[in-house]
Amino acid sequence: MSVQFELDQAGMRYGGVAVLEGVTLRFPRAELVTLIGPNGAGKSTLLGIMAGLRRGHEGRCLMNGRAVSEWRRRDFARLVSFVPQTLRFDFPFTAEQVVLMGRTPYAGGFFDSREDWLAVQEAMEETDTRGLARRDFRSLSGGERQRVMLAAALAQKPAALLLDEPAAFLDLHHQLMIYELLRRQARAGRLVIAVTHDVNLAASFADRVVALRAGRVAADAAPCEALSAERIREVFGVRAEWIARGDGRAWIAYGD
Amino acid sequence: MGIEPLTAGRAVRVLLLAAAFAAAVMLLTPLVGPARIDFWKAWRGEFPDAQMFFGVRWPRTLLAMLSGGALALAGVLFQALLRDPLATPFTLGVSSGASLGAVLMIVLGVHTLWGLPALWAGAACGALAVLVIVVSVAAEGRRVSSFTLLLAGVAINSIASSLIMLLHNLATVGQSFAIVHWLMGNIDPVPAPTLAGLALVVLPVSILACAYARHWNLMAVGEEWAAARGASPQRLLLGGYLAGSLLAAAVTAVTGPIGFVGLVVPHALRLRIGSDHRVLLPASFLVGGAFLTLCDTAARTLLSVELPVSVVTALVGGPVFIFLLRSRRRSLWL
Repeated sequence: MSVQFELDQAGMRYGGVAVLEGVTLRFPRAELVTLIGPNGAGKSTLLGIMAGLRRGHEGRCLMNGRAVSEWRRRDFARLVSFVPQTLRFDFPFTAEQVVLMGRTPYAGGFFDSREDWLAVQEAMEETDTRGLARRDFRSLSGGERQRVMLAAALAQKPAALLLDEPAAFLDLHHQLMIYELLRRQARAGRLVIAVTHDVNLAASFADRVVALRAGRVAADAAPCEALSAERIREVFGVRAEWIARGDGRAWIAYGD
Repeated sequence: MGIEPLTAGRAVRVLLLAAAFAAAVMLLTPLVGPARIDFWKAWRGEFPDAQMFFGVRWPRTLLAMLSGGALALAGVLFQALLRDPLATPFTLGVSSGASLGAVLMIVLGVHTLWGLPALWAGAACGALAVLVIVVSVAAEGRRVSSFTLLLAGVAINSIASSLIMLLHNLATVGQSFAIVHWLMGNIDPVPAPTLAGLALVVLPVSILACAYARHWNLMAVGEEWAAARGASPQRLLLGGYLAGSLLAAAVTAVTGPIGFVGLVVPHALRLRIGSDHRVLLPASFLVGGAFLTLCDTAARTLLSVELPVSVVTALVGGPVFIFLLRSRRRSLWL
């Protein structure tokens, strides 16, 4: 089962202030899309609307032809998974229990099925979190938490992954690891949409880049076009330059 | 440092252990008391052991089991829903409503209401009134949030407490004694129909709450987290609030407010078995019931006068809890 999203003039107001306005976007195929833009541009709000977490938005947001708000949550969660940037835990759950929560949309009985455990194991393998399985989630570092949350989303076996800054707290090795994982997910037929502030991660891994500025779509194109020097100046107000690395690949340098 | 994963096998082991503990407490505590009872004589129905065991002490044990179980389970539920480790069954005002109702009956001098003892009827009405008020205050439009629920509950709590103080101030000396006795919370002997009525509320609601254990796991993490895993946070919040309040209200109406069980038992268990509500909820019910039964047994036997059971729950539970905290601190389980 594949997932397609269709946004038509989607917008959101908080107390009369428009944080997102007139967003019309199509996500018709499995690919890795990165969502970039300055703070407050509406990236998380857009992701929240698509994940069905922001009620009362303007315009339309359809998943597979049906409005996101009309889906039964359980059916929706089997197709679309959302990964928040951070989570604050007040109670002791092990990392493994957190990943197991991703299986809730499939839960039949009181106990977890063999299939549930297999999905958990596989997801923890892929996110390099097997060694954390029995640790208290609250004792994990920010980056470890992010990988565990991603594992929970993978265990959910969704056809689309929506991620809010999945690499924000990750070390360099794990940043690359997670983006390689996301690219593999996209190649395997899933739609992956990730918010990021790292233009180089976006440029080297994304199939498509959507840039938001002040609640509106400022660019929606392949990385080389959406992240061109002019676009970066337009969107972020920062001088940028594409330079060639030693191995000939491109790199975006920014700042004065 | 690792934690043993909570597999189905371990879950069953933990629950069997808790059930065995509760069963042992239920069978042994009725034997303890000023008059000695021979269990086998009671079992064979011999006078007076059987009458003492099944007629007097056993109902009291059952009341303590049901009350302690319901309070501990409601505590777990409210802590998860409000994501507040300090939440208790009384945080959302239900028990102060019950207390206000009961105190009003004492001050008005009413003894029976609709054929029921007025204390219970008044307490039940007070709890119900608070339930309705809190939900309607917390609902903004059609949305209820755990935050507004908490604030509404705290506000109602303090209003009810002030009204209780006002009534207490206006009461006669005799009424005042009755008020204080009620507010301390007591496992007094109750007639069989009352016990049956309590069981008819507590058992189905508790079982229903356990059936949604997976969803309480999600809610304990966050409402968006729950929504993104296929749950409906709004319905869960309201349903969980109603379930926890029903439990707290039913128990408080019969026993008065008994503190500490709903706070110390859930946390002590979380330290041992973690937060998976599929095990935590039933284990809390069993251990909470056993804990209150033991405390009540101590309350009625330690001194020649009967102590209020809440004094014992706090005096026993507090130090045990501090010990648990200290001994487990290094393993980061709290």
